Amino acid sequence: MSPEPGSSSRTDRTRAALDPMVPRIYSVERIRRNNHDTFTLKLNPADGGKPDPFSAGQFNMLYIFGVGEIPVSISGDPAGDGALMHTIREVGTVTRAMARLKPGNSIGVRGPFGSHWPLETAVGSDVVIVAGGIGLAPLRPVIYQVTANRSRYGRMILLYGARAPKEILYRRQLKAWGGAFDMDVHVTVDRGERDWNGEIGVVTGLIRRAPLDRRGAIALICGPEIMMRFSAQELLRRGMDKDRIYVSMERNMKCGVGLCGHCQYGTRIICRDGPVYRYDDIEPLLGRREV
Amino acid sequence: MYLLEPDGLETLLAILREKGYRITGPKLRDGSVVLGTIDSTASMPRGIRDHQGPGRYRLEETGDDSWFSYTLGSDSWKKLFFHPNKPLFNARRDGGLLQIEPEPVRESLQALIGVRPCELQALAVQDRVLAKGEFVDRHYAASRKGTFIVAVNCTVPGGTCFCASMGTGPKASGGYDIALTELAADGGGRFVARAGTGLGERLLAATACGKADKGEIELERKLLEAAAGKMGRTIVADGLAAALAGSHDHPRWEELEDRCLACANCTMVCPTCYCYTVEDSTDLSGATAARTRVWDSCFTADHSYLHGGSVRETRGARYRQWLTHKLSTWHEQFGSSGCTGCGRCITWCPVGIDITEEAQAVCGTAGGS
Repeated sequence: MSPEPGSSSRTDRTRAALDPMVPRIYSVERIRRNNHDTFTLKLNPADGGKPDPFSAGQFNMLYIFGVGEIPVSISGDPAGDGALMHTIREVGTVTRAMARLKPGNSIGVRGPFGSHWPLETAVGSDVVIVAGGIGLAPLRPVIYQVTANRSRYGRMILLYGARAPKEILYRRQLKAWGGAFDMDVHVTVDRGERDWNGEIGVVTGLIRRAPLDRRGAIALICGPEIMMRFSAQELLRRGMDKDRIYVSMERNMKCGVGLCGHCQYGTRIICRDGPVYRYDDIEPLLGRREV
Repeated sequence: MYLLEPDGLETLLAILREKGYRITGPKLRDGSVVLGTIDSTASMPRGIRDHQGPGRYRLEETGDDSWFSYTLGSDSWKKLFFHPNKPLFNARRDGGLLQIEPEPVRESLQALIGVRPCELQALAVQDRVLAKGEFVDRHYAASRKGTFIVAVNCTVPGGTCFCASMGTGPKASGGYDIALTELAADGGGRFVARAGTGLGERLLAATACGKADKGEIELERKLLEAAAGKMGRTIVADGLAAALAGSHDHPRWEELEDRCLACANCTMVCPTCYCYTVEDSTDLSGATAARTRVWDSCFTADHSYLHGGSVRETRGARYRQWLTHKLSTWHEQFGSSGCTGCGRCITWCPVGIDITEEAQAVCGTAGGS
């Protein structure tokens, strides 16, 4: 298991004997479009073995032949021993090449790396998930885990903001989760469209009206940095404690194992002691320019 | 403590070579001291000293036969272990299936001659980063195994040296097999030699001309004490890390925007800088691909690139990242300073930006309040 953010214990790397810079080969089982620029890869190890176990919030380094390698959070179910899932947005050379993958093609996977969402700490508490855009992908494993162990957690609230209705991720699942009696799902978009009759506005607006009426809730936020900062501030205004808010940070990564120097964030090395941080751990850094 | 004569040093190199060590030491090339493979002490420069200042490096003759009157050239020992270009794996595509052939890890028996105390510290710092963490760079760790180190204490510090401030020199405190101190002309071109390991002890016993006497040990003490007082630069290391931690908004960083060229020279010559990037290339047919680890620098725009642009767009922010990493955040990340006081970044900066001056300027106002 990987460390909970803020804990001092390090991951028990049973694969230490292997070179962390050498990928394991996975085959594409399926590639599915989520929206105009986002797709989800379903992967299985080419050697016929099982995917490496992961914890919600961790990431893999995905390598595509001859093009390059990028860090991508894992968006599948951590409990199932099924396929490895990655939801990816097309923003650069590597992700565009990945969008062209076909079933049967193979890619390299290194990982899982990094800290995870504090689901042990959250046991017995209300769980508030605040996601922006593709920030929902690294939080989907949390939803799988909480819904599979429903009695261990309190109320479950999902607040999700997308730029436009057509960019909303996991539509069918959102609908199913929202239809469940034991989960509050609220979705907002920055810009509405003709057939959109839901909320319009930034996700902080949803926090303002969310039913955060019980103490001890735990909040997990993932999205653009500015969205995470304002969401955390809004949660604090709603009476949440700093040490119950968690965020997932992103920086350039080349190694994923704390050796290449790229993902430094002040004293932090995001691939090594992040990407999931307790808010009060990095609060002084958030909002500072060019850190 | 032994007394070693130049002949003894020659014998020492011969024994190391017989034992299978590849020997690297100082050589003279293109008007500067570089580190390269040497066969004997005859390849080592003698009777030269360097003049170093911000953006300046010149050699001149001393007029004597001294062995180590110069200090550091631009390249550090890190190139032997943390290679500037290191293949990681080759990939092939057979039909749809990807095949990866990892680059084999190679152990190499290396002997280093003339490692200065600040450089011993630099090796220790890189060991902590690359070989002692949760994850290990296997190529680095393998190449560092069994390194034999002959250190040389500094009796003639350079113009950009500040090891005395950083507590890393001018006398080696550990991390060597053998440490030499050259006794100046009045010492007859001989060395006081100390063993730091069992192997060092055995080799010294076989090559030294005897034990150093009281007078020689006293001369060594005086030379090293004088050297500590002749550092070209100083820095107040106490409280520096804490003062820099709160310096994010200091106007000095913006001022650096106008001076720093973001050329990355400082990071290339720094003996502890370890940032690397990876490069992917394919052959013309597209059948095979190679992945290589290459030195990178936090002064490039790509270093902090995220979709949409660089996090650190300005040169001022990149300089701040570099300096505060060396002198401040490194402590929390790796348990020591990332700076050894070698002064290379000052000497090889084309516009002569001085890390000691910048740190003091930032802390003079940010740290004092």
